[in-house]
Amino acid sequence: MSFSKESLRKVADEFKRWEETTLAKTLAKAPEIRKEFTTGSGILVKRIYTPLDIRDLGYVRDLGFPGEYPYIRGVYPTMYRGRLWTMRMYAGYGTAEETNARYKYLLKEGQTGLSVAFDLPTQLGYDPDHPLARGEVGKVGVSMPTLKDMEILFEGIPLDKVTTSMTINAPTAMLLAMYIAVAEKQGVSMDKLGGTVQNDILKEYVARGNYIYPPQPSMKLVVDVIEFCTKNMPRWNPISISGYHMREAGATAVQEVAFTLASAIAYVEACLERGLEVDSFARRLSFFFAAHNDFFEEIAKFRAARRLWARIMRERFGAKHPDSLRLRFHAQTAGSTLTAQQPQNNIVRVTIQALAAILGGAQSLHTNSYDEAYCLPTEEAVRIALRTQQIIAYESGVTNVIDPLGGSYYVEWLTNEIESQAEKYIKKIDAMGGMVKAIEQGYIQREIVESAYRYQKEVEEGKRVVVGVNKFVIEEPIQIRLLKVRPEVEKAQIERVREVRSSRDDQRAKRALKSLREAAESGENVMPTVLQAVKAYCTIGEMCDVLREVYGEYQAPTIY
Amino acid sequence: MVMGEVSHKIRVLIAKPGLDGHDRGAKLIARVLRDAGMEVIYTGLHQTPEQIAKTAVQEDVDVVGISILSGAHMALMPRIMELLKQEGMQDVLVVVGGIIPPEDVPELKKMGVAEVFGPGSSFEKIVEYIKQNAKRRVA
Repeated sequence: MSFSKESLRKVADEFKRWEETTLAKTLAKAPEIRKEFTTGSGILVKRIYTPLDIRDLGYVRDLGFPGEYPYIRGVYPTMYRGRLWTMRMYAGYGTAEETNARYKYLLKEGQTGLSVAFDLPTQLGYDPDHPLARGEVGKVGVSMPTLKDMEILFEGIPLDKVTTSMTINAPTAMLLAMYIAVAEKQGVSMDKLGGTVQNDILKEYVARGNYIYPPQPSMKLVVDVIEFCTKNMPRWNPISISGYHMREAGATAVQEVAFTLASAIAYVEACLERGLEVDSFARRLSFFFAAHNDFFEEIAKFRAARRLWARIMRERFGAKHPDSLRLRFHAQTAGSTLTAQQPQNNIVRVTIQALAAILGGAQSLHTNSYDEAYCLPTEEAVRIALRTQQIIAYESGVTNVIDPLGGSYYVEWLTNEIESQAEKYIKKIDAMGGMVKAIEQGYIQREIVESAYRYQKEVEEGKRVVVGVNKFVIEEPIQIRLLKVRPEVEKAQIERVREVRSSRDDQRAKRALKSLREAAESGENVMPTVLQAVKAYCTIGEMCDVLREVYGEYQAPTIY
Repeated sequence: MVMGEVSHKIRVLIAKPGLDGHDRGAKLIARVLRDAGMEVIYTGLHQTPEQIAKTAVQEDVDVVGISILSGAHMALMPRIMELLKQEGMQDVLVVVGGIIPPEDVPELKKMGVAEVFGPGSSFEKIVEYIKQNAKRRVA
């Protein structure tokens, strides 16, 4: 790193001497425990890194300062010295009443932002009384078929005082419209609302499985939301481009960066095609990554993603506004690393992963609960997870200095490595015609399945140790208290949605659905008509069905 | 297959019922069982119990592996077991994998589920279990 030739030569000489003398002597007596050492994602690493490994790194050009290009050291000039990250726990189950109580509990315990988990029927655009919703209502999140439920969800929570993230994709327009409508009832106009909708449909085809429509009309819906927010909601993040789910499905750290940024490129291109100006929307693009086990690799990953994105936005898309170049991200600890065996060990895993996210410069963080290999978390388990963040924030001292690992020979080398490997992937995806094409051809899915298979094989063969699972195993009765979603939730939600349908102004609802159909058929932005339909208490199933009829449904190929 | 031969390759249906989109486990186990010499059919996502039972019959499988991570197992499994029985597939070996709280396991076994494999289950043991317990029917 900006070392003189002379000093590098000295380091090289000394390094050689060290290898031949001190090191060689030790190795002769006691060989290392493995022949090769790799990161969690399989990047081969050396025993030690020195200035020689980052000799081409230019400090000002490649690292710079926080809040400035290339943003590798942090997206804000003061980072956590100015404001801590948002502690945002993904939560939701059962009815809106139960989830509202959970939110109030989390806010009371010091959470600083909300994050809504919706149940699968909501995410797939089915009402609770649809045959496919059977058994799923309120299970992985809160059931939200109509505006009525959203009103209850945020009862007593002033929407001008909190920011809310909503994990919703195929029906983003509908849930965002519900949120806007509830805020309006509270007297808060949409331009004052802060928060995020996930709205990242591409990774649903690859990893998460919650798609409804084929890729082309889905991309159109994504852009509708971005365009609407760009014009009406300056504080809202209209998309959270997500590597998390691909990583959870088995992708490596490099693949996570590459596929996420390739998706982001696809969205930017789609917005440009719509006629939006890059600096008008790019500053509200946000990202979502996993915080996995390999500590340094994860920190390097976040840093690499930031620098690569800044370069892409500036060089490829010609973005000029500094805010357009900043990769702001939410992180969540990796659910797939939680073990059912010796579940309390998960608290330790989550701590290490959360620390990596913070040392990597996250803007907001969800920490998983130790009981999540069994069910949704109990209040007690969530509290420990939240306390983990608070201990890092208030006790560990890691927030005092910005990007404290910047300049580490290893971390800088690994950052470079991840960035250049990810760039190669992106080039390959570009050559295939972009992310949508790469998904349609099954390329991304195959790459992830291969990585997942390799990982699993290593666990099976004991090459990869999972404490409590393939090493340090004990016979144990599981003695943790588990959360159970009440079975009555489904019945209650079916009754409520039927009650809404029968008590609303049905003519108004029908007119609104007709307008939605016309907007979809004509290709105009559906957001305004969705907002009208939501206010007329049309259900998520009704609205999504209209679009199903216009756009068709996606049938995924099975790739394994 | 030659007449009178008493065994064939074990045929397995891996199925994802309900709306759950998490299929890392389903895809992995499909591949592992295939590598172990079995014939594997994977349904893909979002299958109804009816579709799963129908596919099991059409594909004439010996084993049905159900993967559920959404918590809907206690609603979906009774229906799947009932439909398999109705289709005359009471001999088929049914195993479940996914996020299943321990207290639900005895209930699932009462319904006729042979075994439940939670997170961290060894694939080697799953393969072994299926080899030992799949009914080898006369072709």
